[in-house]
Amino acid sequence: MEVVMSFAIGFLFMAAVYLILSKSILRIIIGTGLLSHGAHLLILTMGGLGGEAPPVLADGVTNMADPLPQALILTAIVISFGVTAFFLVLAYRAYQELGTDNLDEIRRILADDD
Amino acid sequence: MNQVLLIFLPVLFALFVPLLYKTFSRIHTGWFVLLVPLTLAIYYARFIPNITEGPYTSTFYWVKSLDLSVTSYLDGLSLLFSLLITIIGSLVVLYSIFYLDRKKEQLHNFYFYLLMFMTAMLGVVQSDHLISLYLFWELTSISSFLLIGYWYNRDRSRFGALKSMMITVFGGLMMLGGFLLLAQAGGSYSIRELIANGSVIADSPYFIWMIVLILLGAFTKSAQFPFYIWLPDAMEAPTPVSAYLHSATMVKAGIYLVARLTPLFAVSEYWIWLVVLSGLITLFWGSFFSVKQTDLKGILAFSTVSQLGMIMAMLGAAGIAFHVESPQKTIFAFAAYAAIFHLVNHATFKGSLFMVAGIVDHETGTRDIRKLGGLMSLMPISFTIAAIGSLAMAGLPPFNGFLSKELFLTSMLSLKEFSLFNFSTWGPILPWVAFVASIFTFVYCLYFLYYTFMGKGNTSKLPKKPHEAPIGMLISPIILASLVVAIFFIPNVIGKYFIKPAVLAMQPQLYETIDDIPIHVQAWHGWTTELQMTIGIVVIGFLLFITLKKWQPIYRFVSEKWSLNGLYNRLMRFADVDSQKLSNLYMTGSMRHYLMYMFAFMVVAVISTLFMSNGFNYSTANTAEVGIFEIATLIVMIIGTLTVLIARTRLTAIIALGAVGYSVALFFIIFNAPDLALTQLVIETVSVALFLLAFYHLPKMSRHEERMPFKINNFLIALGVGVMVTLVALSAQSQKLLPSISQYYKDTVYTKAGGGNIVNVILVDYRGFDTLFEITVLAIAGMAILGMIKLRRPKKEKKTHETK
Amino acid sequence: MKLNNVILKTTTQVVFFMIFLFSIHIFFAGHFSPGGGFVGGLLTASALVLLLLTYDLKTVQQLLPINYTTMTAIGLLLSLGTAATSAFLGDAFFKHYFDHFTLPLFGDTELHTAMLFDLGVYLVVVGVTMIIIQSIGGDE
Repeated sequence: MEVVMSFAIGFLFMAAVYLILSKSILRIIIGTGLLSHGAHLLILTMGGLGGEAPPVLADGVTNMADPLPQALILTAIVISFGVTAFFLVLAYRAYQELGTDNLDEIRRILADDD
Repeated sequence: MNQVLLIFLPVLFALFVPLLYKTFSRIHTGWFVLLVPLTLAIYYARFIPNITEGPYTSTFYWVKSLDLSVTSYLDGLSLLFSLLITIIGSLVVLYSIFYLDRKKEQLHNFYFYLLMFMTAMLGVVQSDHLISLYLFWELTSISSFLLIGYWYNRDRSRFGALKSMMITVFGGLMMLGGFLLLAQAGGSYSIRELIANGSVIADSPYFIWMIVLILLGAFTKSAQFPFYIWLPDAMEAPTPVSAYLHSATMVKAGIYLVARLTPLFAVSEYWIWLVVLSGLITLFWGSFFSVKQTDLKGILAFSTVSQLGMIMAMLGAAGIAFHVESPQKTIFAFAAYAAIFHLVNHATFKGSLFMVAGIVDHETGTRDIRKLGGLMSLMPISFTIAAIGSLAMAGLPPFNGFLSKELFLTSMLSLKEFSLFNFSTWGPILPWVAFVASIFTFVYCLYFLYYTFMGKGNTSKLPKKPHEAPIGMLISPIILASLVVAIFFIPNVIGKYFIKPAVLAMQPQLYETIDDIPIHVQAWHGWTTELQMTIGIVVIGFLLFITLKKWQPIYRFVSEKWSLNGLYNRLMRFADVDSQKLSNLYMTGSMRHYLMYMFAFMVVAVISTLFMSNGFNYSTANTAEVGIFEIATLIVMIIGTLTVLIARTRLTAIIALGAVGYSVALFFIIFNAPDLALTQLVIETVSVALFLLAFYHLPKMSRHEERMPFKINNFLIALGVGVMVTLVALSAQSQKLLPSISQYYKDTVYTKAGGGNIVNVILVDYRGFDTLFEITVLAIAGMAILGMIKLRRPKKEKKTHETK
Repeated sequence: MKLNNVILKTTTQVVFFMIFLFSIHIFFAGHFSPGGGFVGGLLTASALVLLLLTYDLKTVQQLLPINYTTMTAIGLLLSLGTAATSAFLGDAFFKHYFDHFTLPLFGDTELHTAMLFDLGVYLVVVGVTMIIIQSIGGDE
């Protein structure tokens, strides 16, 4: 499963980077969202997917999933939410002020302003 | 009292200077500041009688685990320098009280910088630890920068400040490199231990590099050829600063360093040759070009350069004593003593000359020697001081300069006697260089004195009506000038208490006690070669001075463009303009380009490291089984991602992104991560709502402007990143180099943390810092969003950016 | 974005309290079973978002006059304070204390300073999420 996941994660990263390199701010934000999904799965996969029970103490459970990657991912999920929200509002405000969501357009307008 | 703490006394006092300036605005701040160097001078003076019983040390550990400490180390050499710093410091502060106007000048800035410099300089001369020596060394550069740029609204001040900073900090960095090599080879950062360990260091293959690098530091600081060019431009500083930093103390830091490290490096012929040659060239160059100057302080600056070269040459010659048998009985014993002696003398006469130059500037409004002249009758006291200073510098009796000049000639003549290291071939030329340079020294001394105070100057054309300076301003130069005379009559007292202990510190291998140093200075010691040379200097120098107008035009042949200053200016322009051109080539200002550089670099760096270090590893052992749920979820995720990529409307893209998010949550469920699954589900819901809210206001997704080459370019980089991540993921899961800490968490979660859900306990307890910072980041993001929405600039009326 | 939908309004009135109570449960359960400050906070926030979607911003603010900025600040201070308390007591920064107590109604209960820290996390998460949603949603 880890091998299959590795390829899936690579695919997610590829899609994310492709989107991030485009000119539209919206696509960039969606790209960062995909990137964080990929990163979360990557951390999880690196820790191994072999556990048979959730990392919660219970009688008779020995083969738990690795709790550490999970804790790290939990932090990462919330942070990426905050960052995505920030990006969204940034894009929204930029559109309100400048009337475009195209990065090249924005640069042109700002250059004219100076 | 603690010696180390006293190093920091000036800078600690400096913290109160702005307060004193504001509170007691009717009293000149200088009066308070004066207490500091005075206290320190008295404190250090108490060491004088017993200094040879020392050294006195005291250590303050700064970072103990890294063995970083500030060690105050007082022996003859550092005591002499400390006294110079504090005594000249007191006189300069006293002088500045009358020089700088209480109402017009920003005194709190000035004295803050000056006190900071005092600490830095005391630190340089007392530090035993190489790193703290380096830090103090750079602090002197910084405080010198601030002081030269004190009148910061003048262009020349800023230029001079920057120039001195560039050159001295360059040297400082080179010196740091030398120090690190030295510490590496010697196994210690303590100068004392390094000197004790000298033979090991001399065998190091980097020995020559240490010498070159450390000398670069010393030469830039002490304004040796060809680095002297910063010193004339540093004369833009207020005159008290020129007198203090740029003649008596800071520029002698390089001299100090060479003297301090002589026992370590003098075994090397390169050291001796480099120091002697650079000293002699500087001596000649400085004295020759001094006559060209028309600015009073410019003349003094070049003369300082030249005198520093002279001391440097003597220090080089002092190294020879390590190579001859029983140097105590030979001519080679003189150089070290002569160097230290002249250093003291130079501080006295040059300090007084600078102060007189300041007085002339202050009272006449100009320092241009072409406008000055005939001030002798109007300013008799200043003239007397100037005459004593100049004639001492020229090397005439009955002033201290005569004695040290004779010793200088002796040590230069000793080079002729030395036979090792090719000195038998080239040595005989060196005394002649010294002789010629001394002639020019004599000429510029007369030049300075004659054209300022004598001659037929038109005093009515001066910007101010000249008159004698107030008595307060004269006190300091008078004290220095009386020292100039006094030292001539009691040279051996000075020698016993100041010079010989310093020589002992410089050549510890040669002498047991100061009584072993065989030098007894006297004005008359027979019809010697030195005396004949002095007479020659005076006669030829006088002839040259009389015919000055006839040969002065030769200076016009010196091309400005190819001078060292021109070279410096072009180098700076090159660094400024051309490096900007270069960086503009790739710093386009486009975020996309930067991201592409980063991604491309990351791919290349990670993949090449992975394969070069044999980090890539593939194994299917210990992997989980592939199940039907996993595959189904995977397919959903991939379809979702593809939909995002090809989506034509933003709604499709958002929903597809949501689908990817939910499939990730499913993965979390499958892989036994209930906390993650819960969080992911809720977050995804909130995110989709957020996206929809925001996109409600945003324009349609437009992609038509992206052309094919652009897409292919992006795709290639994206493909690279994807491959890289896959490789990393594969090798990461295939090998576990270290046991996971998770086992510890599992074992202690109930007993030590009192919890059952390990993930939550990690979040709130084991790795609580992560969570604390995370909610901080979250709160910052929230504040930023709030700020972006709520705080707006009022809309500009005219500029409305309508799209097309 | 005012949706005039009777069915939505009626369901929301019930569902809101269900989600809210569930989020409280999840928050307290966090130390021994899945849940905790993050999830609890997010669930509470999503319940509030549901309210926002059903009614409009003004109505919700009249119903629940909460200043979310203050809430975030209190949460941060609470977390930092919990972490710092141990430092003032002479232990390492971030050391948590816990013990078992017998409380009326609850019986044997473990009280844990980590819970206070988690409460701070909960408050910050609710506060920030609501700040974000309200900022964008309320902006015309």
